[in-house]
Amino acid sequence: MRSLREATRGMRRAPLLSGLSIAAIGLSLFIIGLFALTAHNIDEALTDVESRVEVVAYLEEGTPEAIVSVARSEIGGFPEIEEVRFVSKVEALYDASRELTEFSDVFSDLEVNPLPASFELRLREGSRTPEDVERVAERLRGYEFVEEVRYGREWVDKVYALRRIAGGAALALGSAFALGSILLIGTAVRMAVLARSREISIMQTVGATDSFIRRPFLVEGLLTGVAGGILALGLTWLAWWTVNRSLLELQWLPDLWVALGIVLAAALGVLAAGRGVRKEISRIEAL
Amino acid sequence: MIQFRSVTKRYARSAPALDDVSFHVRKGEFVFLTGPSGAGKTSILKLIHMQGLPTEGEVRVSKYSSRKIRRREIPELRRRVGYVFQDFQLLEGLTAAENVAFALECTGTPRSRIEARVQRLLGQVGLAPRARSYPRELSGGEQQRVVIARALSTEPVVLLADEPTGNLDERATTGVFELFRRINAAGTTVVMATHDAELIRRNPGIRVLELEDGAVVYDSVSAGTGPGRST
Ligand SMILES: Nc1ncnc2c1ncn2[C@@H]1O[C@H](COP(=O)(O)OP(=O)(O)OP(=O)(O)O)[C@@H](O)[C@H]1O
Ligand SMILES: [Mg+2]
Repeated sequence: MRSLREATRGMRRAPLLSGLSIAAIGLSLFIIGLFALTAHNIDEALTDVESRVEVVAYLEEGTPEAIVSVARSEIGGFPEIEEVRFVSKVEALYDASRELTEFSDVFSDLEVNPLPASFELRLREGSRTPEDVERVAERLRGYEFVEEVRYGREWVDKVYALRRIAGGAALALGSAFALGSILLIGTAVRMAVLARSREISIMQTVGATDSFIRRPFLVEGLLTGVAGGILALGLTWLAWWTVNRSLLELQWLPDLWVALGIVLAAALGVLAAGRGVRKEISRIEAL
Repeated sequence: MIQFRSVTKRYARSAPALDDVSFHVRKGEFVFLTGPSGAGKTSILKLIHMQGLPTEGEVRVSKYSSRKIRRREIPELRRRVGYVFQDFQLLEGLTAAENVAFALECTGTPRSRIEARVQRLLGQVGLAPRARSYPRELSGGEQQRVVIARALSTEPVVLLADEPTGNLDERATTGVFELFRRINAAGTTVVMATHDAELIRRNPGIRVLELEDGAVVYDSVSAGTGPGRST
């Protein structure tokens, strides 16, 4: 309680400095926020693309219906498979003529339907890595009535490479900015400690304990961190809102990310303040 | 109460500020610490307050020893040993009462008791009417009384004063000095560093410890001439 009062008093006593450090933290977390927004949306897009990752198994001409239906339920039982759709020759033709309207005349004129029947498989979320796809394809090739298996392998690989790059960049940039924030808050708190060095030396003289002296600065770091986090949240939201209404539709960040961001900001504030205050206090005292 | 045993204090790479200093101050004593500038008066007071440890030898204060004290015991010690600076060291943004209250808060006095304690302390140093004044509105003597009230806030058994009258005129000096006498009469051990030969001469009943170049060159007790200076 006292610490809170002291901390806010300290912040009010040096409003420029506190404002500056909040702004600095806010800005660095804002950059993280922008990145998170980008990463999250890439992620969303990837999931979307991914959910469309399909494996198609073309069946040999004249495969009996009984075998098809047995195979269908068997394949549906693979752990990686979410859905199996059987597309008969007729349906295949129908789909093709519908999708390629320019050629619909050609299709209707055909005497023999050249399109094979097929199984279209959708994979479960979490089972869409290139390895999973390859495994499923291999198993499908094991059926003798399966003529060919297609599954845009390169496409799948690319999707995954992109996600790995996105993840790596997020991690690298995120930690760089987190480090920057720690240094910034540390400096701000050290300046705050310095600005109150007389107070601190009086406290030491009259016999205040170290933790008592430190506490208000830690609370100040906490408040600065949280305030910076909220500022960053506001800026990020503003950026999201602006892009969303003028350029392209973006997803807002998940609540968990937002909460984690604020907690991270608070933790950064306390951590950095702790570092700064320890250094400065030991410098103030003659000991 | 305070004991120095062959204390040497050397600050980074210079001649020692104190060189093999030994003396003993008993409970309830009043001691003048004197000597030319740079003799080591402040160094002695700081060692008593454990602002730094001796390079060699041992400083004992009450039950604490410089050899054994732990960092977390230092605040305890400092609550038993008040410190008064020549340059006051008051917080300019706080009133006299708030400056004293600040010290009480810092040392864990319950909030409900602070106001009454502040009034009593300011009354004790004769400053009750100026409680709401800011340091810049107070004379040097008055400011020094606030500092003394602050130093007394933890009810110390020892009061250290580093040239407390150095910035005061003669009248204010007399007033502040009388205050120290009264505090001492109530049982508190007082060690006062001073340049003021006149003050020492006017109070021949008080023990004098004279330093020069970091060594005790005269102690009116061990000199066998009784308290006061013989020269
Ligand atoms: N922190 C320090 N670092 C280095 N040297 C110091 C330090 N403090 C004091 N000294 C040196 O120690 C010696 C004794 O200093 P001290 O302050 O104890 O003297 P003093 O008797 O209090 O002098 P004054 O009457 O001017 O206050 C001086 O030579 C001083 O330069
Ligand atoms: Mg001095």
